[in-house]
Amino acid sequence: MKHVKTINEANLKETAETGGCGKCQASCQSACKTSCTVANQKCESKVQENQKLKSPA
Amino acid sequence: MIHKYKLCGYNIVLDINSGAVHVVDELVYDMLDNISPPFEASCSERVANKLSRFYDKEEIITCYEEIRKLHESGTLFSEDDYEKFTEQSADAPLKAMCLIVEQDCNLRCEYCFAEAGKYGFDECAAMDFKVGKKAIDFLIKNSKERKNLEIDFFGGEPLMNFEVVKKITEYARSKGKRAGKIIRFTLTTNGILLDDEKINFINKEMSNVVLSLDGRKETNDRVRKRLDGTGCYDKAISEFKTLADRRGHENYYIRGTFTKYNLDFTSDVYHLYEQGFDQISIEPVIGKPDMPCAVSDRDLPRIFSEYEILAKRILADKKRGKGFNFFHFMLDLDQGPCAIKRLRGCGAGSEYVAVTPDGGIYPCHQFAGFPEYKMGSVLDGEMDKALKKTFAGSHIYSKSDCVDCWAKFYCSGGCNANNYIFNGDIRMPHRFSCLIQKKRLECAIMMKAALADEV
Ligand code: SF4
Ligand code: SF4
Repeated sequence: MKHVKTINEANLKETAETGGCGKCQASCQSACKTSCTVANQKCESKVQENQKLKSPA
Repeated sequence: MIHKYKLCGYNIVLDINSGAVHVVDELVYDMLDNISPPFEASCSERVANKLSRFYDKEEIITCYEEIRKLHESGTLFSEDDYEKFTEQSADAPLKAMCLIVEQDCNLRCEYCFAEAGKYGFDECAAMDFKVGKKAIDFLIKNSKERKNLEIDFFGGEPLMNFEVVKKITEYARSKGKRAGKIIRFTLTTNGILLDDEKINFINKEMSNVVLSLDGRKETNDRVRKRLDGTGCYDKAISEFKTLADRRGHENYYIRGTFTKYNLDFTSDVYHLYEQGFDQISIEPVIGKPDMPCAVSDRDLPRIFSEYEILAKRILADKKRGKGFNFFHFMLDLDQGPCAIKRLRGCGAGSEYVAVTPDGGIYPCHQFAGFPEYKMGSVLDGEMDKALKKTFAGSHIYSKSDCVDCWAKFYCSGGCNANNYIFNGDIRMPHRFSCLIQKKRLECAIMMKAALADEV
């Protein structure tokens, strides 16, 4: 595309179908605690998948 | 729904429901003010004529075509069809628990939400091991099939009750092991009581540790004071350096608060970086407007520009291959949490609870001491199902401000506790926090766009 550059996968919809496993960390976003936005968290399932892919069979 | 904005020379268009982030030229940016679905095969004459005053006719045609294709591929003006998922994980088991092991604190920070440890109670108390054990039993039992659990030692200052922290950790480890659970511990400390023994314990047992310090000595010592009024900077920073060094600068972060006194908080963030820390979080003080150090609407323009200053500076460092993680600008645009998680964020009161020294169960540490939000007690192991349901039902589709907010899948409806404390309703977002949240997101996404530009 000439006028638009898309910088990510835009896969939010797929994650609704496959997600919800609850393996990820709880995430208080308040100042007094972990204070993170939910979106800066990692999907634990994907992290595990990636680790499997990286580790030799 | 789309959201578009300009920042640091980038024109950014977010497609909220697909999560797509587009960097666009001026023509697309302007055209999007004039068109919306359903799309005709070609650009209407009215819009083409309007734009042709500034743009080339041919360009207008190709630009329209690109927008139409994005729409077709589901990455622009995509539908919001997530509401049907709100019931999913509504009765999720418990997976995280905050243990307020010690209400008392050896500091008297000007902005403390826990009112120097009292929370809503008349007096400070410390948790004894018996209550701690019951809390762990409660967590393990109510976590059902969940394998990964989190326990967070919080205060007051948890290290004032270090022996109990040690015992609870040991108990939770052995009990968790038998139950087939993986337990991750976190501890938050102000550093005053740290010594070799405690640092070694923390580094061995805690998967994460949160170190509280506000930045420069003068910033910190103005608001973070000991009982005798002296500041805590010198002691805290030296212990924190030792602690972070010994854990290889992994899995910790240093977190601070900015107040009306240091709206130039970029200098505090960079001070911490220069002291060797690379995981940093600095948040605005959230407190009643009558608190002398409170920030208010009047400060917003200054706060916004400070976030931009910070974003540009971090970006310049990153481009030079240097830099650190600033929590509020960290964003994973591809591998972030699933949409289900994004519907309700922290999970307070449903997947997450806090336990006070008397065994009381509350939706989270910030609700501790509010009698109307007491959910039960770990002593008898009973928990109020109705309150759990209320909290599980608190998601972006039940908060009217969030439904139409572009930030909803990044923010997940904000902090229920703030909403309650400021607006008396967990479903009514605290506007001030929303505005700051949105500014930080805009900066974080702009930084992604800038870094994508490099490749
Ligand atoms: S309600 Fe607020 S303070 Fe409580 S866990 Fe959620 S984000 Fe944190
Ligand atoms: S920024 Fe405010 S309105 Fe928007 S989703 Fe978050 S809490 Fe809701």
